[in-house]
Amino acid sequence: MAGYRVIPCLLLQQGGLYKTRQFRNPSYVGDPINAVRILNEKEVDELVFLDIDPVRHVRGPDFELIKDITSEAFMPFAYGGGIRTIDQVKRLIELGVEKVVLNSSALEKPELVTEIAATVGASSLVVSLDVRRSLLGQYSVWMRSAEVNTRNNPVDLAVQMERLGAGELLVTSIDRDGMMNGYDLKLVEQVASKVKIPVVANGGAGSVHDLGEGLRAGASAVAAGSLFVYHGKHRAVLINYPNRQVIDTLLEGIQA
Amino acid sequence: MSKPRVTVLKYGLGNLGSMVNMLMRAGAQVEIAENATDVRSAERLILPGVGAFDAGVMALQTSGVHDVICERAGAGLPILGVCLGMQLLGRASEEGNLGGLGLLDAACVKFDFSGDTELQVPHMGWSTIHARHPSELLDGLLEQSRFYFVHSYHLVCKNKEDVLASSVYGREFNAVVGRENIMGVQFHPEKSHRFGLALLQNFLKL
Repeated sequence: MAGYRVIPCLLLQQGGLYKTRQFRNPSYVGDPINAVRILNEKEVDELVFLDIDPVRHVRGPDFELIKDITSEAFMPFAYGGGIRTIDQVKRLIELGVEKVVLNSSALEKPELVTEIAATVGASSLVVSLDVRRSLLGQYSVWMRSAEVNTRNNPVDLAVQMERLGAGELLVTSIDRDGMMNGYDLKLVEQVASKVKIPVVANGGAGSVHDLGEGLRAGASAVAAGSLFVYHGKHRAVLINYPNRQVIDTLLEGIQA
Repeated sequence: MSKPRVTVLKYGLGNLGSMVNMLMRAGAQVEIAENATDVRSAERLILPGVGAFDAGVMALQTSGVHDVICERAGAGLPILGVCLGMQLLGRASEEGNLGGLGLLDAACVKFDFSGDTELQVPHMGWSTIHARHPSELLDGLLEQSRFYFVHSYHLVCKNKEDVLASSVYGREFNAVVGRENIMGVQFHPEKSHRFGLALLQNFLKL
């Protein structure tokens, strides 16, 4: 039984599904409920939806939409976007969300990570780190929809989050997001080699081969957005996911 | 041909959305039971549930369905317990102090990996299962069927014939149990896409 996971990680904004390029220019991709139905048929084992609308920072999650999505999903579903309080977390879990994903709030209020881990368990808590690479090749974690530079490097933050109780880390390369040129493998390797909890590589995957490279670099699981949402060189919108056999054949045995 | 009727018990724990939707996808006419009257008229009953054992027992009592479930079980009503629902079919759990429905001679034990620091509790993820005894519930399911599990406790059956399928997480544990009309699955069929759908389709034929 393969231990790796291949996870569609899609973006929500005002009830619609969007894709970005380097976290900019959100482009409409379709209806999330429809996407979930398609992914159900593709036997996707795990799904992540992140709400990137800045209004979430103020209003919190759109519980009605999330309830509709989890009810439609025949696989475990993780949600992120505007989660700031333990009550919001409890409500999401009650709705059937398997894992909550924290980004800015984990960085602004680290004790929240510990509180959530203690309440719903570390395995239900994912901390998401969005990373930019400077011209000089240095990595830095950004938050608030990539608007605010924390000036901390991802490895230090990853180690800190693990210690605080995160069960899993979603590491996204802002530079590679939407470019379909492969993951930032150096980033994946740096983080994965310093923590014991699973690291999910995100940002840049353009092919199943890239997914394999992510696993080889040390990721426990690989996520992708554009790869599962676009098709062909003109990036026509087509929700897709490789056949299970294709995944198994190409990725089995890679895990570092 | 009319659709098979199935009743899903709502007793305050968790969201029934996925279960209801998957049952509809499986071609069932789905009803939600919230009290004894609803349960009494059921043709097949699904007992879902997430959370702690005692909370589940209390919820069954508060909803007033505890007795009618036992009564109808004795009369042959097909009952499928899912996750906590399966655990509640047993007599007791290490997790709590209250007694379960006692429809199966079984009790819950916690996963204990002290010493083996690699494995986390709860067991959370996909696993394949291995059939131990033939059953209509598992009839026709593919060998590579896998299901999504989230649990810290597992049900141990007094009678080995009640174990229909097992899985492995550090150690072997019971994934599917059953005796006559009383069945239970530790995993979440409603979160196991086509594999869960196939299992529920089998349940709808009983």
